[in-house]
Amino acid sequence: MADPVFRIADLKKSFGPTQVLGGVSLELHAGEVTVLMGANGAGKSTLVRIVSGVYDRDGGTITMDGKDFAPASPADAIRAGVVTVHQNINDGVVVALDVATNLTLDRLNGKGAKLFFNPRAVRRQAREVAARMGLDVDLNAEISDLSLADRQMVAIARAMAHEPKVLILDEPTSSLSSAEANRLFEVVDRLRERGVAILYISHRMSDIRRLADRIVSLRDGRITGTFDTKPLDYEGAVNAMLGRTMHRAEIAARDGAHTIFSAEGLRIAEHAKPFSLKLGDGEIVAITGLVGVGKTALAETLFGVRPPLGGTMMLNGKAYAPGSTADAITAGVFLVAKDRAESGIIKDFNLYENLSLPFLDRISRLSVVPRRTERAVARDAISDLKIVCRSERDDMATLSGGNQQKVMVARWMSQDANLFILDEPFQGVDIAARRDIANKLRASAEGRATLVFVTELDEALETADRILVMSEHTIVGEHRNAEVDIDRLLAEIAGQPLKGAA
Amino acid sequence: MTLRDFAIRYGFIALLVGLVVFFTVSTDGFASPQAAVFIFQSVAITGILALGVTATLVVGGFDLSIGSVATTAMMAAAYVMVIMEQNAFVAVVVCLAIGVVVGLINGYLIVYMRVPDLLATLGMMFLLVGLQRIPTEGRSIATGMTMPDGSTANGTFSGAFLALGRHRFDFILPNLIPVSVVVLVVLAVLIWFFLEYTRFGRMMYAVGSNPKAAELAGAPVKAYKIWAYVISGVFASISGILLAARLGRGDIASGNNLLLDSVAAALIGFAVLGAAKPNAFGTAVGALFVGILLQGLTMMNAPYYTQDFVKGAVLVVALVFTFALSNKGRT
Repeated sequence: MADPVFRIADLKKSFGPTQVLGGVSLELHAGEVTVLMGANGAGKSTLVRIVSGVYDRDGGTITMDGKDFAPASPADAIRAGVVTVHQNINDGVVVALDVATNLTLDRLNGKGAKLFFNPRAVRRQAREVAARMGLDVDLNAEISDLSLADRQMVAIARAMAHEPKVLILDEPTSSLSSAEANRLFEVVDRLRERGVAILYISHRMSDIRRLADRIVSLRDGRITGTFDTKPLDYEGAVNAMLGRTMHRAEIAARDGAHTIFSAEGLRIAEHAKPFSLKLGDGEIVAITGLVGVGKTALAETLFGVRPPLGGTMMLNGKAYAPGSTADAITAGVFLVAKDRAESGIIKDFNLYENLSLPFLDRISRLSVVPRRTERAVARDAISDLKIVCRSERDDMATLSGGNQQKVMVARWMSQDANLFILDEPFQGVDIAARRDIANKLRASAEGRATLVFVTELDEALETADRILVMSEHTIVGEHRNAEVDIDRLLAEIAGQPLKGAA
Repeated sequence: MTLRDFAIRYGFIALLVGLVVFFTVSTDGFASPQAAVFIFQSVAITGILALGVTATLVVGGFDLSIGSVATTAMMAAAYVMVIMEQNAFVAVVVCLAIGVVVGLINGYLIVYMRVPDLLATLGMMFLLVGLQRIPTEGRSIATGMTMPDGSTANGTFSGAFLALGRHRFDFILPNLIPVSVVVLVVLAVLIWFFLEYTRFGRMMYAVGSNPKAAELAGAPVKAYKIWAYVISGVFASISGILLAARLGRGDIASGNNLLLDSVAAALIGFAVLGAAKPNAFGTAVGALFVGILLQGLTMMNAPYYTQDFVKGAVLVVALVFTFALSNKGRT
């Protein structure tokens, strides 16, 4: 095999007393996609930040084409031919400008940049960049009018305008639908053919199966496995990443006892077909479906964020029509909202203050918040859900993604629910934390109905007793989680009309 | 705790203690009860305003109209007593009503009309500065003033109202503590307790930090925001009442510095105890800090025109404490 383009050897990095990378060695070859897998907190982000020139390394060597590579800044790394597309898509584009200007933005700075801005030249250069990448986006469009996927295409095209030898993609599909992800994969294929060495960071198995030429597993700051013989050993890679054998947890599908929640003729979007829904005591129901099919809309309807366009809801035999989130909470309907950073965590609050937030009125006496009670509740949650932290007074920012999510779940489990809804509770959560949360949900399911919205089918299969499929803002399928007909399930998710269906 | 943490947490308090020691040593009479009371009295009105604006800062807003609410309340008190010939009680009620109404309008503009907080309250500030001059066609209001139609106003400031500005309670020494200082201390303790220890205060901080998360936790976010502006308006009208009672007239020229001084105190408060966020205790300390500094400098014969420079310098130092040294400011 040819010499690697990019070689990392014995890379070390510590933050204070915590060693994040303990001697990582990694090679990237031209025209290959190397997938880096690692649980949250394994050191993936730190590795990317060192290579892209954000952090300095403590030890080890990085060479590119046999020469030492030590970028002093992100701009330096780009000049040297290492380009990174970060997880947060909006970091890669300037929202206030149009597509053409974004594609040529990097030419506005640095040596040789002209004093005056020539719109015609910008358009010409942008057309060149877009043509080279096969970018199919209106160059005059404002970035703010584009979808996330299109923004990401622009960001990648912009990165590729530097003709990099090494391209790093950090969880690029985390906010894309599968159709959008397919477009991304095509672009990655094209870049691979052009001989770019690609480091692709992800823990989505579907991405990895589609793209990987090689898989490298990272755990606790060390490489625990490299897999490059075809066919790739995916299970081995997951195993190396987790340090234990992963097998699908056996779910003993339970049937719900008496109905706790029911909805009749519910309509959550214009032109959507009305649907019915029944949730029983003690059962966990997962609703799965692609991004954008109305899962969050349904979750928010049940939680009183928005009214349904039609239909009625019943909770414990009484009519349920929440006018606000406060109404829903009073009725015992709780929601762990999607995207904890944006809609869950109060970052100025510490762990126990975050935990007690929705139930301040219930635990307060004469409106005074009893801190002792708050802290006791938080300590219980920490041991109950195995939250890794120093104490209940920790800042949320010091916790890993999985532990932050555990706090969000614990927040809503500190009081008894009638209907407990979790919207994408496993997003950005490592597998160990995901197990802890799912086990806790199953263990405590008695006495309430539990509804989990997930895009990843595996998560539904691992958690639920019953799986419902959503497509085009309505429910199109139902499966008991025992001998699931996966083909039918996938067809329903993909929105294909089934034979005999109206 | 590292030296840096220590500096962030206690730096400002240490500076305050250092100043007091310095002035005590280098001037005569700084460390007397009378001087202490004088300092409190000098910061009472801006301190109350600052506590009000702290409430709006907590919910992630800002209130630029507080200075003009205070002067409007002052003019209204004078108008009610001197021209409408009503008693002190009516004057106080009218002032408080003005504070509530302005707060509601501010909140409505910001929450329902989606006008950015700075712009809405800036507009309100202009509106009130103009409005308070219309009833008297731009004149100050004083007992026996000549009305626009040539008649003479017969009303007077009632004794009870003036007592709010001039009465002193006995405390250790006879006639020591003015009413305004008592009002300041009571309001400071109230708002501090409210923000730190009640669920409403906690929710207000949540609303300021992440409104979406607060709403999904069941908080009526819009109502909290509007209430914050109402608190700010009421506090501003209380300081307007105290201002009118101290001056004994409705002076259109007074109150120019109220807004800047009180905002400065609230922002200095960010640096106290390394809070890096609006907080009532910090605001009170911030107001006192400015008061002590100015009183000390005055007793050391520093010229009056250096005052704004000193306030500005303190504010800049405090902001550096908050944003550069503390990690919390870096988001």
